[in-house]
Amino acid sequence: MLDLANFAIETAKLRGASYADARVMDIRSRELSTKNGQVGSLAESESMGIGVRVLLHGAWGFAATDRMTREGVQACAAEAVAIAKASGLAKRADVEMVPEPAHVDTWQNPFVKDPFRIPLEAQVDLLLAADREMRRVKGVTVAEASMNFRRIDQLFVSSIGSRIHQVKMHAGAGIVATSFAGTEIQKRSYPSSFGGQHQLAGYELVESFDLVGHAQRVGEEAVALHKAEQSPEGTKTIILESSQLGLQIHESVGHPIELDRVLGMEANFAGMSFLTLDKLNTLRYGSDIVNVVADARLEHGPGLGTFGYDDEGVPAQCTDIIKNGLFTGYLSNRETAPAIGLKRSGGTMRTESWNRLPIIRMTNISLLPGTWKYDDLIADTDDAILMETNRSWSIDDRRYHFQFSTEIGWEIKGGKKTRMLKNPSYSGITTEFWNSCDAICSRDHWTLWGTPNCGKGQPMQTMGTGHGASPARFRNVKIGAAFAKP
Amino acid sequence: MKTAHRKARSKASRVSGPEVAAAHLPAEAELHRIAERILRLSDADETEVDITANADALTRFANNTIHQNVAELSHTVSVRTVFGGRTARATTNKTDEESLRRVVAASGTLARSQPRDPDLLPMLAGRRKYAKVSRFDAATANATPADRARAVERVAKLAALRGQTAAGIFTTGGSASLLANSRGLVAAYRQTRAEFSVTILEADSSGWAKENSPALAAVDPQELAERASNKAILSRNPRALDPGPWTVILEPAAVLDLVGFLFYDFAATAVRDKRSCFTGRLGKKLMGDNITLWDDAFHPLQTGTPYDGEGVPRQRVLLVDRGVPKNLVYSRSSAKKMKTKPTGHGFSLPNEWGEAPFNLVFDGGSESVEEMVGSTERGILVTRLWYIREVDPYEKVLTGMTRDGTFLVEGGSIVAGVRNFRFNQSVLEMLRNVAALSPAIRSTAEESFEMVVPAMKVHGFRFSEVTKF
Repeated sequence: MLDLANFAIETAKLRGASYADARVMDIRSRELSTKNGQVGSLAESESMGIGVRVLLHGAWGFAATDRMTREGVQACAAEAVAIAKASGLAKRADVEMVPEPAHVDTWQNPFVKDPFRIPLEAQVDLLLAADREMRRVKGVTVAEASMNFRRIDQLFVSSIGSRIHQVKMHAGAGIVATSFAGTEIQKRSYPSSFGGQHQLAGYELVESFDLVGHAQRVGEEAVALHKAEQSPEGTKTIILESSQLGLQIHESVGHPIELDRVLGMEANFAGMSFLTLDKLNTLRYGSDIVNVVADARLEHGPGLGTFGYDDEGVPAQCTDIIKNGLFTGYLSNRETAPAIGLKRSGGTMRTESWNRLPIIRMTNISLLPGTWKYDDLIADTDDAILMETNRSWSIDDRRYHFQFSTEIGWEIKGGKKTRMLKNPSYSGITTEFWNSCDAICSRDHWTLWGTPNCGKGQPMQTMGTGHGASPARFRNVKIGAAFAKP
Repeated sequence: MKTAHRKARSKASRVSGPEVAAAHLPAEAELHRIAERILRLSDADETEVDITANADALTRFANNTIHQNVAELSHTVSVRTVFGGRTARATTNKTDEESLRRVVAASGTLARSQPRDPDLLPMLAGRRKYAKVSRFDAATANATPADRARAVERVAKLAALRGQTAAGIFTTGGSASLLANSRGLVAAYRQTRAEFSVTILEADSSGWAKENSPALAAVDPQELAERASNKAILSRNPRALDPGPWTVILEPAAVLDLVGFLFYDFAATAVRDKRSCFTGRLGKKLMGDNITLWDDAFHPLQTGTPYDGEGVPRQRVLLVDRGVPKNLVYSRSSAKKMKTKPTGHGFSLPNEWGEAPFNLVFDGGSESVEEMVGSTERGILVTRLWYIREVDPYEKVLTGMTRDGTFLVEGGSIVAGVRNFRFNQSVLEMLRNVAALSPAIRSTAEESFEMVVPAMKVHGFRFSEVTKF
C-alpha cells in the first residue's frame, strides 16, 4: 500500500502539484441486530481505496478510487490535479497552509478483545438474550438490540515526507424497548439512545455494558412511562445526566467552534456559527465552572474522537475551548489556523472513508468534571427535573437556539428523586444555557460518550465524535415547549 | 452547451480517472460477468448478488470561490447467501477473484452462525418484467470539473456584483447496478444525477434554492442563484415576531422535509410493530380532503429503480386518498404475514425494517405561491426548514427551524424578512389545515429524499420560539 500511496504523490507532483497527500484506508465492519427474538441484520463489509488531495496553483483538487492498481492510482492522482486546475477557474486567493513538520509514525488504539475474533454465535446469543429479557415485560411491543464494530487501517503519506500508519478499532452496542399503548409510543434505551454507547475499544466494551442485566429495567421503564405524569411546562431547574449532556455539548459547543463553519465554508448545508471571530477570548460562553476541551489524545480516553494524527498528518492535541467560562478556542486545520492567528493547526481534520475529503470535525469535545458527588447534587436540589437519555434534538443553523427532549424524566423534590415524568423537554439559547450551569459532578461520574452519527459536509460524511460529561445542573431553563398543548 | 459536451466526451475518451462519470460506469455486461463469477463460487442453497458502481463528482463553493472539489469512483459488491433457512450479507468493494471468493465465504459464515429464520422466504425465482424507466442522461454523465467550475464562477460573479456571498454545491454523476440471484432473477438499472444548491448571504439575511434531476439540462444554476439572491435582498433587516399559531405558506422544499418524516409510517412492518402513526388509524380521516398521496416510482419526475431490494417490481400505491390513509407498502415477508401481495417496496435482506415508499407523489392544486401570498392577510412565507426531528411519533409532532428566507406577509404582499422560528407541529394536524396547494413539482431539500410535492398554505402552524437571527 505504501508503494501505491507514494506513487500517487509522485504522480501529482509530476503533474505540477505544489502539495499532495494520499490516504489509503482499509475498513472492515460488522453489524448485528435483533428484533423481537429474531436476527434483524447480520452483515460484514470491507472497503478499501485511496483518496488523493492536491494543491495546484493555490487551488484544491481531490479524487478517490477503489481501483488499487498502479494504473488506477495514477489515473486518480492525475484526476485530482485536473480537478484542482478546474478549481482555479473560480479562485479568489491562493490557499495557504500553516507549516507542519513531517511525521513518520505508527499508532494504534489499545483494546483487549478483537471483536472480529469473537464467535458470531456468541454475539448473536448475547443480543437475543437481552432481547428476550426485554420481551418478558408485558407491554413491550418492540425489543431491539444491536452491536457494531469497525476496524480502520489507514496509511497517510504526504509530499512533505509524512508517513503515518494508524489502526483504530471501534465498538458499540445498545438495547431499546418500545411500548405502544393508547395513543402513545414510549421507549427506553441503554446505555444510551441511537445505538447505545460507542468507543475506540474492543469487545470488552460490549461485555462491560451487561446488556442482559439491564434489559428488564429498560423494558419496565418503557411501559411505566405510559402511566407517568406529563413533564410540566414553564421555567425550572434541570439536571442532565451525562449522555444527554454529551449531546448538548456536541450540538451547542462542538459544532459552533468548527472554524470552517465560522468562516462560511459550510453555509449552504451545515450552516454557520454565532461564534464570529470577535468572540474569541471575549465571550462569556458559560459560568465560571464550565471548562470544555477538544482533546484527541489517548490520555483523554478512548473516545470516537481519539487518534494519533489527524487526516492531514497533524498530531493529536488538546485545545482549551472554554476556560472558566471564557470562550478560548476553535477547531482548526492547516488552512484555517491563520484566521485566528495560530501558527499551527489544531489537528482536527478527519475523513469518514478513503473516498471523502478530510474536513474539520469534532474530536473529543468534553466538559471537564466538576466537584459534586451525584448524591450531594440531588440532595442540594429543592425543585427540579432530572432528564435522561436523548429522544430528540434540534438546533438552528448558527447554533443559538436548541430544543431537546429525553426519554424519561424524574421529579426532584426537597433533595430527593421522586416520581417518573414522561415527555420531558427543554429549550434555550446556547450561551444563556451554559451560563446557567451552577453544578457539575466529579470525575467519579464522568463518562466519555460516543456519538457515532455526526453528519457534515457535501457529499455528506458521517463521523464518530467523543463527548465526556458528568451530570450537571442548570437553573431557570425553559421546559416543556415541545409537548405544549395549544 | 452542446460544444462543451462534445469537448467533454472527447476528454472522457482520454482519461481514466473518476472526474467524468461516463468514462467509468461499467457496462451491464460487465456487471453480469461479476455476478456470474459470484454465483459460480457459491455453494449456498441460494445466493443473491447486488452490484453497484458509482462515479460522482462534486464542486463545492463558499465565499464566492471553489474551496472543495472532489470526485470518486467506487464499487459495491454485496452477496447474500442462504444455508438451511439462515441468511446473511457480506459486502466488498473489490472485484478480483480472491476478494469475490472471500466475500462469498464471509456471507456463508455469517449465515450459518445464527438460528434458523422461520419467516425466511425462498429467493424470487426467474426473470421479472420491469416497467421501463429512462433516467440516464449522456450529457450529465459527460459533465467535467471545468463545466461545473464555469457555472460556479458565473454564480459567484452574480453574487459579488450584488455585494453578496454565495455558497453551495454543483454535483454530477451516475451509477450502474445489477441485482441477480441463483434462481434466475436479473434486474439492472442505470441513472445519472445533477444537483445544484446555492445559499446567498448578506450581513443579516440569506436566501436558498436547490434543484436536482437525472438530466443536467434541467438544472439551471444561474436561475437558482438569482432566486436565492432575491430572497436574501428581500429578507434584509429581519423583524423579530412573536411565536404562536400562524398562517404559513410553505414552499415545496419545506413541505417535502416535513412530509418526508411520514414515509416509514406507511410501511406494513411499522404498523405490525405498532410504531407507525397509522397504527389503528388506517381508513380513518386523518388529513384534509385536499390531501392525496401516492408512491409512484414511474412518475416522470421521480427517480430510482423500478424494483425493490429483492427484485420485486414496484407498484404504484395510493397511500392517502382525500385525507384517508388507505394502503401500506409491503415487502414479500410483510405481505405474507399480513396476507396480501408485495408492492415492491422491500429493502435488501436481511433487515429488521421491512419496507418503505421512497417515491412520494402528491396530487397538487392550482394556486401558485404568489397567489397564496396574495390571498393572505397576515402570515409567514417559509423557504426552507432545518434540523427537523421527531418529538412525538404517534401524533407525528416534529420540531425544527426555518432557515434562509423567512418572510412576513401582510395584506397580500411580502413586507419584511423575519427572524427564524422554531416549530413544534404535528404533520397530521398540518395536513388537516391545508387551505391551498400549488401544482406538485419535483423538489429537493436536505432532511428528506426528493419528492413530487406542492407548496401549501396552512392555517394554525405552531411556531413555539424565535431565534436571534
